[in-house]
Amino acid sequence: MSALHIKKGSTKHSAYNLRPNFSDTRERHTITVLVENEPGVLARVIGLFAGRGYNIDSLTVAEVDHTGKLSRITIVTTGTPQVIEQIKTQLGRIVPVHEVTDLTVEGPFVERELAIVKVVGTGDKRVEAMRLAEIFRANVVDTTLNSFIFEITGTPDKIDAFADLMRPLGLSRIARTGVAALLRGE
Amino acid sequence: MTREMTGAKMVIEALKEQGVDTVFGYPGGAVLPIYDEIFQQNDIRHILVRHEQGAIHAAEGYARSTGKPGVALVTSGPGATNAVTGLTDALLDSIPIVVLSGQVPTFMIGSDAFQEADTVGITRPCTKHNWLIKDTNTLAATLHEAFHVATSGRPGPVLVDIPKDVQFATGTYQEAAPADSHYQPQTKGDLEEITELVAALEVAKKPVFYTGGGVINSGPEASKLLRELVDATGIPITSTLMGLGCYPASGENWLGMLGMHGLYEANMAMHDCDLLINIGARFDDRITGRLDAFSPHSIKAHIDIDPSSINKVVPVDIPIVGDITSVLTDLLAVWKERGSKTEAQDVAKWQEQVREWRNVRCLSYTSSETTIKPQYALERLEALTKDKDRYITTEVGQHQMWAAQYLGFEDPNRWMTSGGLGTMGYGTPASIGVQVAHPDALVINVAGEASWLMNMQEMGTAVQFRLPVKQFILNNERLGMVRQWQELLHGERYSQSWSQALPDFVKLAEAFGAKGIICKDPKDLDDAIMEMINYDGPVIFDCLVEKHENCFPMIPSGKAHNEMLLGNADTQGVIQSSGAVLV
Repeated sequence: MSALHIKKGSTKHSAYNLRPNFSDTRERHTITVLVENEPGVLARVIGLFAGRGYNIDSLTVAEVDHTGKLSRITIVTTGTPQVIEQIKTQLGRIVPVHEVTDLTVEGPFVERELAIVKVVGTGDKRVEAMRLAEIFRANVVDTTLNSFIFEITGTPDKIDAFADLMRPLGLSRIARTGVAALLRGE
Repeated sequence: MTREMTGAKMVIEALKEQGVDTVFGYPGGAVLPIYDEIFQQNDIRHILVRHEQGAIHAAEGYARSTGKPGVALVTSGPGATNAVTGLTDALLDSIPIVVLSGQVPTFMIGSDAFQEADTVGITRPCTKHNWLIKDTNTLAATLHEAFHVATSGRPGPVLVDIPKDVQFATGTYQEAAPADSHYQPQTKGDLEEITELVAALEVAKKPVFYTGGGVINSGPEASKLLRELVDATGIPITSTLMGLGCYPASGENWLGMLGMHGLYEANMAMHDCDLLINIGARFDDRITGRLDAFSPHSIKAHIDIDPSSINKVVPVDIPIVGDITSVLTDLLAVWKERGSKTEAQDVAKWQEQVREWRNVRCLSYTSSETTIKPQYALERLEALTKDKDRYITTEVGQHQMWAAQYLGFEDPNRWMTSGGLGTMGYGTPASIGVQVAHPDALVINVAGEASWLMNMQEMGTAVQFRLPVKQFILNNERLGMVRQWQELLHGERYSQSWSQALPDFVKLAEAFGAKGIICKDPKDLDDAIMEMINYDGPVIFDCLVEKHENCFPMIPSGKAHNEMLLGNADTQGVIQSSGAVLV
């Protein structure tokens, strides 16, 4: 470099990790945002993503602290490292946001998603669906003579795999909650 | 001590507690209770504008020229939607303003009531934060929080939407407690990074300061510290449009404004430097030009209070998150503690190079004895007003760039312009806001005739409140900047870019009860400007200038800093279609 002895884009740690070596590869990040549960706060978060052209792969939100009126929003998003950095700092700018955590960076973390899956069929296919559901530890929560509704919890990958297997066996509808996630340990 | 009062009364009490002396506003059905309270007090002055957009820009002018938040009051529905442009303008230029809007009563919200609009929904993306009040007991605390949010961290516009039943109902007034707010942005920079910047300054051969509106937002102390830093280091300094005045134009290290219509020496210094120190600017596209060719050989440091500004468009090597005043204080302390010096020989050579660039005299233009050149008009305006207690506002376009190039600013808070949003119609109401805050100062709005017409109704406000604002209109009967781009980029097809059926500005001034002056001969210009300055009241000055003058220097879209056009002779075939898609 120059006489300045500073490597361009060096990744030395500072209060904010502001010196990333930006690459063009798109990464999937799970970000949790602790927000004041006031009217319109979800609209602010979604509006930020829409207005600045960021992706939302999945989003979940619910109040987690009734006395403190705090909600946790879990967002799964995809983007280049520069975009991911922007998403985090832009989220941090929203006034009712208390805390932004990038679980993918801060990890390891646990993530779970719940899905309910309706499979319609009779005969062998119905038996096979039941057998596979057992392997995936999916519970039957409703049944008729020619349909099941399974409830399955797991990582998004596991749910994808289950849905793929159910498709030829008569998968008719699926509802997914999106990811909820927390850091491991203390 | 608890105090019970109506919501409307609470608004007045909260404004008083926040030290507000002026509100710009326009009444309507949903704010009548607040106007009733305004009628019954004398502590807060209400300036009645002629259009809500004017109220917001006036509040911006007031804020920008005083450093205090500006306050505007508008009614529901159309009152609030008319405020949207001003809010967006203040958001992009980080101007602290607090807008109070009336709303239909809570029990009618959602029923498509008369003059109902989803104001918090509409203004969510164009405010720093906004609130809809549902309970009178929370009103006072929310108003205090609104002032806290507008002025803390990176300043910006906020809006509080107050339904009419909340204004009528009685509740408990709460006093301000900003320390209780969870919104507490970091203001102190990381000392390790600051030390690293000092170390970089010690060894840099070709350093340059690139300053912006953040210095002005940080307060007058920041400008003082910046001057100390430039004196201590002897490094050339440039500024964005928004930062003009943070370093004096008469200072020996001043390079002038940089960017698309910035000075040759400023842009060349940015391109060739080996250390670029961004202080409170944001690498806007008007500044950087082509990103992959932007300042290609430099280590970049960036001081900004907003973490999201850092690495947004240009990756930097030394990031410092903090308030400029705090960071510069620490920086100077480290500089002194280490007994730092710059590399004297190298920096002297760099200064020599800067002098060579200055000698290009990029602001020279072909003068005329028969028509007033816009540059000449501004040179004369500068010569005749620079020693006065002067504030300048502008509209948007060629005249704005010429004003930035040819007027010199010695102090912060003297220059009010719409930078980020580029809002035509900003200047007239802004000049009114400035004049309200500085009743004895000379306030001039440098305008183009097309921009000026966009908010000309505010002349009524100027006359009503005896605000002697000077509307200095460079009239080329064209949308000059649009015309310039059409000439350079669209084969000289001047689509819709001329001002037809213009009013007679002198008669228009008289119709408003102001003074009108027209000038078309360069020989008469000085006398006419003096007549404008000496008239005790608002003036519309119709300065008929050369119609086809282009604004140079210019970095065409999609080009780098060292590919500037200095005059008409440079323009042949330089702008390619890839640049034409950019704005």
